[in-house]
Amino acid sequence: MKKNNINRRSFLQVTALAGGGFMLGLYPKATTVLAQGPPRQAPLVPMNFISIAPNGIVTLTSKNTEIGQNIYNTLPMLIAEELDVDWKAVKVVRADADNKYGGQFTGGSSATPGNWEPMRQVGAAGRQMLIAAAAQTWGVAEAECSTASGRVHHKASNRSLGYGELATKAASMPVPDLRSVKLKDPKDYKIIGTSTISVETKEILTGKPIFGIDVKVPGMLYAVMQRTPVLGGKAVSANLDVIKAMKGVKAAFIIEGRPLRSDYPNYLFEDAGFESGVAIVADSWWAAQSAREKLEVKWDAGKWGAQDSVENAKKAVELSKRTPMRTLRKDGDVEPVFNRADIKAVEANYTIPFIAHGTMEPQNCTAHFKDGKIELWMAGQIPQSGRTMVAQLLKLPESDVTVHNVRGGGGFGRRAYNDLMLDAAWISKTVGAPVKLLWSREDDMQHDYYRCGGFQFMKGAVDKDGKLVAWHDHFVGYGEGNAFAHDGGFQPNEFPALFVPNFHVQSSVMGLGLKTGALRAPYSNSTAWVIQSFIDELAHAAGKDPVQFRLELLAAPQITPAAPAGRGPGPQGLNAARMTGVLKLVAEKSGWGQRKLPKGTAQGVAFHFSHRGYFAEVAEVTVAANKKIKVNKVWVAADVGSHIINPSSAETQVQGAVIDGLSEMIQEITLKNGAVVQSNYHQHPWLKISQAPPQIEVHFLKTNNPPTGLGEPALPPILPAVCNAIFTATGERIRTMPMTKQGFSFA
Amino acid sequence: MIRMKVNGKNQQFDGDPEMPLLWVLRDELDLKGTKFGCGMGLCGACTVHLNGKPIRACLTPVSAAANKSVTTIEGLSTDGTHPVQAAWQDLDVPQCGYCQAGQIMSACALLAKTPKPTDADIDAAMNGNLCRCGTYLRIRAAVHKAAEAMPAKPVKAANSGAASRRGGTK
Ligand code: FES
Ligand code: FES
Repeated sequence: MKKNNINRRSFLQVTALAGGGFMLGLYPKATTVLAQGPPRQAPLVPMNFISIAPNGIVTLTSKNTEIGQNIYNTLPMLIAEELDVDWKAVKVVRADADNKYGGQFTGGSSATPGNWEPMRQVGAAGRQMLIAAAAQTWGVAEAECSTASGRVHHKASNRSLGYGELATKAASMPVPDLRSVKLKDPKDYKIIGTSTISVETKEILTGKPIFGIDVKVPGMLYAVMQRTPVLGGKAVSANLDVIKAMKGVKAAFIIEGRPLRSDYPNYLFEDAGFESGVAIVADSWWAAQSAREKLEVKWDAGKWGAQDSVENAKKAVELSKRTPMRTLRKDGDVEPVFNRADIKAVEANYTIPFIAHGTMEPQNCTAHFKDGKIELWMAGQIPQSGRTMVAQLLKLPESDVTVHNVRGGGGFGRRAYNDLMLDAAWISKTVGAPVKLLWSREDDMQHDYYRCGGFQFMKGAVDKDGKLVAWHDHFVGYGEGNAFAHDGGFQPNEFPALFVPNFHVQSSVMGLGLKTGALRAPYSNSTAWVIQSFIDELAHAAGKDPVQFRLELLAAPQITPAAPAGRGPGPQGLNAARMTGVLKLVAEKSGWGQRKLPKGTAQGVAFHFSHRGYFAEVAEVTVAANKKIKVNKVWVAADVGSHIINPSSAETQVQGAVIDGLSEMIQEITLKNGAVVQSNYHQHPWLKISQAPPQIEVHFLKTNNPPTGLGEPALPPILPAVCNAIFTATGERIRTMPMTKQGFSFA
Repeated sequence: MIRMKVNGKNQQFDGDPEMPLLWVLRDELDLKGTKFGCGMGLCGACTVHLNGKPIRACLTPVSAAANKSVTTIEGLSTDGTHPVQAAWQDLDVPQCGYCQAGQIMSACALLAKTPKPTDADIDAAMNGNLCRCGTYLRIRAAVHKAAEAMPAKPVKAANSGAASRRGGTK
C-alpha cells in the first residue's frame, strides 16, 4: 500500500512493509521511478529514509557518500532528532546511487545546508504518523500524546507504545503535509548539538572491510591500468604477448579510450573522459602490478607532449605584460587613482601551483559485467553521473547500471570524477569477469584532476588615511577564449569586491593539457591566499594593524556596481557583519597584539568567506634562522549558523582543514614533456604529526542563520594567516607557492 | 611454502615469496584491515607487527615473515576493546578512517616500548604514519589516553616479550 503527499519540490511517501512495519521516504518531485512502473529488478536498498520494523528496529538511510566528512552520521542525526528516537537505537544503512534519493552530490560543503530542513521534516512527519497511530489505538486526541526515546506516551492514562508496535498501523495513517509538520523547539534537541561517534567508527578501528578497496566479489580478478602519461595521448602498441605470458596474468589489452569533448570542459563531472592506456588483468593485484614492470608501450603523445611547467610560467609573465584578454569585473576606475601623488601603491605577483588530491585510499573501482548488465562498487562524490557515463559508454539503459556507494578513504573533490568507473566497466566487460581496478599511488598522483595553478599580478593603492582605494588584479590562468580550465578560473566577485570603490579584475589564459578539478574549497583554497596576503601587504603599506585594517575594510560603505560590469551579486553574498564578528572573536581569543612574542615568532591573521561559511584564523609561527617554520598554535573563529550538529566532528573537520591547508604550502605538481613529474608522497608531501600545530583552537560563533557546512570553508584562511605571520617575523613575503621555492619549510 | 602465524593462527602461503606481506594479508588471507597507501614505505597505512615490531607490510616480502608471528589490526581485538582501539573510539579519532589501522599498530608498538610516552616520543614513533585527513591532534591525545588505560609496566619489563604482550602482539 502506498500513499503520498505532494508539495512543490518533493513528496513524502509511506509504504507498509511486508511482514509489518513502515517505511517513510522523501522523494524529489522530478523523479520518475513511480511513473515508470515497478523497476525490473528489486532495488537492493528500499527507497526509504526511515523504516521501522515491528520489533522496534529503526533504520535510517544515509544518502550521501562518506569520505571522512562524517556525513554518514550527520544526516541520520537530523532525522533521528525529529523522529524522537535514541541515537543508540538507530541503525544507519547506505543508499545506492540512484535518482530516487534526490541530490547525492557530496561536495561544496552542501550536505548540511541542503538537508537541514528536509531531513528534519522527514523525521517529524514520521513522528506525527506514529502519534496518529497511537491516538487512534487508544481513542484519544493526538494533542494529548507525546513522544520520547522511540515511544509514544499518553500521560493522562499512563499508557505508552513503542514505535515498533505502532509501525504497521502508522503505515495506514495520512501522510502529513511537509510544510506543516511541526518541528521541535531547538531547546529540546537531544541529538543535534551533541557529539556522536560515527556509526562506522568501530568497524574502522577493528579493520572491517568497509572501503572501496576492500570490496570482494566471487570470482573477482584484479586489474591495473597504465594510462597515457600525457593527456590526450594514445597507446599505439605494447608488448602484450610478453605480459600475457607472465605468471598470474589473465589478460592484457590496449584501451583506445575516447577523448574529452573539449580540452576545457567546464563540467568534467559529466564528462570524465575515457583515456587511452593498457590494462593488465591478473589473478592477484600483485601479479598484475608486477607484470606492469615489464610492460613496454609505444605512445602517441598527441598535442600536449611538449608541455612544460617552466615554459608555462614564462608564458604567464609575457601575458602579464600584454593587455589582458578579458575584464571580469570593473567598478570605478583604477588608473586615475594609481596616478595620484597622494597614494601609496603596492605591486605584487603571486604564483599558484597545481596540486594533487592524494586521498589516502588510492582510486579504485570494482565492476561486474554480466548478462548485459553491470554492477559497480565505488566511493563516488557524485555517483549518479558515473552511472550515466557508464550507461553511455557501454550503450546500456541506465536501469541496467547499478552503482553501490561504498566508503571512501578521503575524497577532497577527487571522487567527484568518475573516470575509474569507466575504466573498470570497460575492463570487466572486456574480460567478462568481475574485476577490481586499483590504482597505485603513482597512478593516483599522475592522473588526478588537479587543483589548477595560475598567476596573479596584483596592484593596489591606499590613500593617506590608510584606506584601500584601488585594486587591480590581472589573473593569468589556463583555458582558451572565454573558457577557463575546469575549476581553474577566478571568481571576480570575491572580497574585497564591492568594498573598494575602484576595483578591476582582468584575465588572460594560455593552453593547458591537464585535467583540473575541484579540490577542498575550490577556487578559495588559492584565492584566499592571494587576496588575504595582498590585503596584508596593503595594511603594512598603510601603516595599520592587519586586524584593524581588515575591520575598517569590512566597515567601508559598499558600492553599487556599475550595471553591466558587475557579474552577479556582491562577493558571493558575503555579509560584512558576520565576518566582522568572527574577525573580532579570533582577535580576542588569540590575544592579538596583546602578548609580547619572542624574536622570530609572530602572529598572522586572515579571513575568508566560502561555501556560506565565515572563517577567520590566526596563526602563531616561529621561524628559525634556516627558514624552518613551526606553527605553534592556530585559533579559528567560525560562523556557520545557529547550530553545530555534531560538535566533535565539527571540531575535527576544522582541525583537519587547517592541517590540510598547511600541507598545501609544500605541494606542487609540475609537468615535463607533457607528463606529471611527481609520483608519490615523497615528492608531494602532507604534514607529518611532528609538523602539525600542537594546538588548533576552534570557536564557533552561533548566529541566527541556518546551519551550513564546514569541511571546506575552514581551509582557505590558514595559508595566508601563516604567510602573514612569516612576514611579520622575518620581513619576507611568500608570493610563490610552494613556500619551499622561497626556501621555507616545516621544521 | 611459507608458514607463519597471523593473529595467533597458523597460516601458509605457497605463492611468490617476493609478494609483499601486505598483499598476502589482504588478498590471500582476506584480512582487509591493513591498508595500501603508497607501496613505498612513505605513509604507514600498511603497518603491522612482525614478532612485535612495527613494519611496513608493503615493503616486506612475505618470505621475511616465514616462521614468524604477524599481528594486524584484526588481531588486537575483534570487538574494539583493546585499550588503544577504545581510546581511539572515545576520542572519535577517525575521519575517513583509512590510515587508522596503521596509526593504531604504530601506537601499540610505541606503548609496548614506552608505556608513558611524551609528545616528542609520539611524534618520533608516529612520524611515518601519514593522516591525509589531519587527525593528528586526536591521535596524540588518544595515545596518551591509551597509555593511562593500559596496565602499569611490570617492574622488570624491559624485555620485549612482556612489552609486546601489552602491545597486543599475542
Ligand atoms: S603502503 Fe606501506 S608505507 Fe604506504
Ligand atoms: S583519517 Fe583519513 S587519512 Fe587519516
